[in-house]
Amino acid sequence: MGDYIVLIISCIFVNNILLAQFLGNCPFLGTSKKMETAVGMAMAVIFVLVMAGAITWLVFTFLLVPLDLTYMRTIAFILVIAALVQFVEMFLKKSIPALYAGLGIFLPLITTNCAVLGACVVIIDKEYNFMQALVASFAYAAGFGLALVLFAGVRERILLARVPRPLQDTSIALVTAGILSLTFYAFRGMV
Amino acid sequence: MIEAVLALMGIGGVCGVVLSIASKVFYVYEDPRIAEVEGFLAGANCGGCGFAGCSAAAVAVVGGKAPVSVCVVAGAESAANVAKVMGVDPGSAMPLLSKNECRGGLRAENRFYYDGIKSCRALAAFYGGKRVCTIGCLGMGDCITACAFDAVHMGPKGFPEVDESRCVGCGACEKACPKGIIQVRSMAQRLLHFNQEVDALAPCAQTCPAEIDIPRYIRQIREGDYAGAVTTIRERNPLLLACGRVCPHPCEDKCRRGIEDEPVSINQLKRFVADYERTSGKRLPVACAPDTGKKVAVIGSGPAGLSCAFFLRRMGHAVTIFEMMPKLGGMIRYGIPEYRLPKEVLQWEIDGILNLGIDAKTNVRLGRDFTIDSLVAAGYDAVFLGIGAWKDYKLNVEGEDLGGCYTGIDFLTRFARHQQGDSADKPFVGRRCAVIGGGNTAIDCVRTLVRLGADKVAIVYRRTRKEMPANAVEIEAAEHEGVKFHFLAAPVKVIGNEEGKVTQLEYLTMKLGAPDASGRRRPEPVAGSETRLDIDMLVTAIGQGPDVDFTHEGRRIAELNVSRRSTIEADPETLQTNIPYVFSAGDAQTGASLVVEAIGGGRRAARAIHLFLSGRQVTPVPRSLRKKHIPESLFESVPGLQPSPRTPMPEMPVAERIRSFAETDLVITEPDAHRESCRCLDCCRVCYNKDVDAA
Repeated sequence: MGDYIVLIISCIFVNNILLAQFLGNCPFLGTSKKMETAVGMAMAVIFVLVMAGAITWLVFTFLLVPLDLTYMRTIAFILVIAALVQFVEMFLKKSIPALYAGLGIFLPLITTNCAVLGACVVIIDKEYNFMQALVASFAYAAGFGLALVLFAGVRERILLARVPRPLQDTSIALVTAGILSLTFYAFRGMV
Repeated sequence: MIEAVLALMGIGGVCGVVLSIASKVFYVYEDPRIAEVEGFLAGANCGGCGFAGCSAAAVAVVGGKAPVSVCVVAGAESAANVAKVMGVDPGSAMPLLSKNECRGGLRAENRFYYDGIKSCRALAAFYGGKRVCTIGCLGMGDCITACAFDAVHMGPKGFPEVDESRCVGCGACEKACPKGIIQVRSMAQRLLHFNQEVDALAPCAQTCPAEIDIPRYIRQIREGDYAGAVTTIRERNPLLLACGRVCPHPCEDKCRRGIEDEPVSINQLKRFVADYERTSGKRLPVACAPDTGKKVAVIGSGPAGLSCAFFLRRMGHAVTIFEMMPKLGGMIRYGIPEYRLPKEVLQWEIDGILNLGIDAKTNVRLGRDFTIDSLVAAGYDAVFLGIGAWKDYKLNVEGEDLGGCYTGIDFLTRFARHQQGDSADKPFVGRRCAVIGGGNTAIDCVRTLVRLGADKVAIVYRRTRKEMPANAVEIEAAEHEGVKFHFLAAPVKVIGNEEGKVTQLEYLTMKLGAPDASGRRRPEPVAGSETRLDIDMLVTAIGQGPDVDFTHEGRRIAELNVSRRSTIEADPETLQTNIPYVFSAGDAQTGASLVVEAIGGGRRAARAIHLFLSGRQVTPVPRSLRKKHIPESLFESVPGLQPSPRTPMPEMPVAERIRSFAETDLVITEPDAHRESCRCLDCCRVCYNKDVDAA
């Protein structure tokens, strides 16, 4: 049990996918202008990443390893994740329209998201078992959501501040992201 | 190698099979129109419309959440095609344009200063913004940053201006503006907009019954953009030549300059630009929406009917006017004499309206030649009743039916018909004439009689000059032309000779008592004060009401609610009667009133008919400002004003004008018009130009 808590903390804070591993920066900058969008995106990522983590672990363990094709994992994962997202989109539309209405417009954005792919690859690299892979992918996604929501909050505040002209908009966002990343650096010694 | 390829193909194959099964299993019925609509969108997924890609936009269109003109890239043709798929009128598919209604955010005083805020949205969070004005532009330019098409720029006066050639109507600026001052509207939406409590309106524009944007057209005159001024007026009033001549301009009573100085001569400016267009010899183009295939019958071609027909035609509906008289114009042709509104001018104006593609049938009377039932049978989708008020009230005294006795509208109409060659019988004109009444009809009668060569013309009115409902300038002009006024005189008897011709009018002298319901002091008779006036012609012009005899003809119309005053009852906001497809405005609905009131009513009815024809709910204008004022816009005093005299009305000399029916009031000159336009303070709700001087 203790192992899992360590795993969760390490994935959310220490190895935060956005601020420590710098994966998934496009949605990080793109969907963080408004809190509402950021929360929607965070939820969609959690949803997809947990499923992607599970399915890629299964594909890797039961398909690629027995066939000795582990060097093909990136391309195989892309294929599987893309198909998975499409599938999930169709499934939600039919079965849980309410959830589809909330997450729908974010799902296509995640199809080829590097945070999702990266997290899956890292999970394989660390040689977790299935349960650990599930928990880790949830924790990575939660870390993504946390960073995104924090960042959106900061950016909404920046709107009210005086920013020198050359630094406005994306520039100041990148500077802020850097500082946010430095604060996450403080978690390094924890685990 | 082959292993890898096979494995990958295997994974791909499995994914493909799973997805295709899923697409079957999880198939959700989607409106087929969505795909069709999407086909007409640009397919650029640019997001300019504010939706996440073209498919999302198509879903929004079909769901009724976006207008058919949602696509900012594909343009008007796409909008028309989408409208066809959706089966809505392309009227709402007209190109959208953004307009900043605020003309001077900096003119409103600052309520507080705050450092460090660079956005309107943030600023608006503090007590609604830093300006005194509750609605005005904050000038921080959130709309400028929101515009993806570089169409909004900061103007020289510190408020954003829209470059119409670049605007695609995406609506981003409207969403960004926390004050709702920058608005994206199609032509249809602008034409059918009615004053609301939240609008940026000067007191004059709030007062005008036709709701013309007065400060805008005066500003355009000042800038020399006469065509622009005409177009501005025509967005609200298609009869600017007629109104420029006969309107009693209630707007000038509320002119903010009038609080400290003489009001701006608004109506003369309107007449100036209207005449400018006519004398230029070229009609300005009037934009109309594509045809909708809906048919509307407009009964009566007076100001209400013409206005309603004009705006419905501009919405793309097919309009047919039915008129009982031989020519169009209604009361403004047959009730207003030639010297106030030359028929040639009126005809030019009416031709312009008919040129939009409006059919007119004359010499047909409702109830005699056709009924509401026959119109419905002929495929008309809605009917507008603008039949006016043509029935003179009776005096109800002994002897009023003697020879030589006429009623006001009847007399004016007979004469107008004779003058236009509609009918051969020349109306009788006496030598000593008396006209009973104090309204504009009475004044029109006396001034017409003067011109027809009557020796003595008198007005007999039971109250005093102050209570006369006629326009003050008209009363004065009649006085100059030699009309004698008998005030506080109530006719009691008309006396005739043995041939049955009128010889004398007996009246009682009155004195003013306590004020009555209308606020005017009620006249009371003085006993034993009978006086007799020698006359050989009498005209009673004591008011008129609608002639609603047609309600006996036809099955459907019998249900129409008619008030005790024999006016047609309609919802004052939507002008819809109790028969859902019948609408009514103008004198027929309000009782005898102003031309400009009828024009405003015609447009209001056009809005309701348009809603009705588009299959939408006919709802009142939200937060309507009809006949009300915004309290904060009415001032007690106007500081910082340099008085400057009002441009006088040029008139034809009395000796010349009483001999002919040539137009009495003349148009002001271009330099005068410019000078007068500079007197306008260019007001809004609370803003006005303080530093204006007589330039």
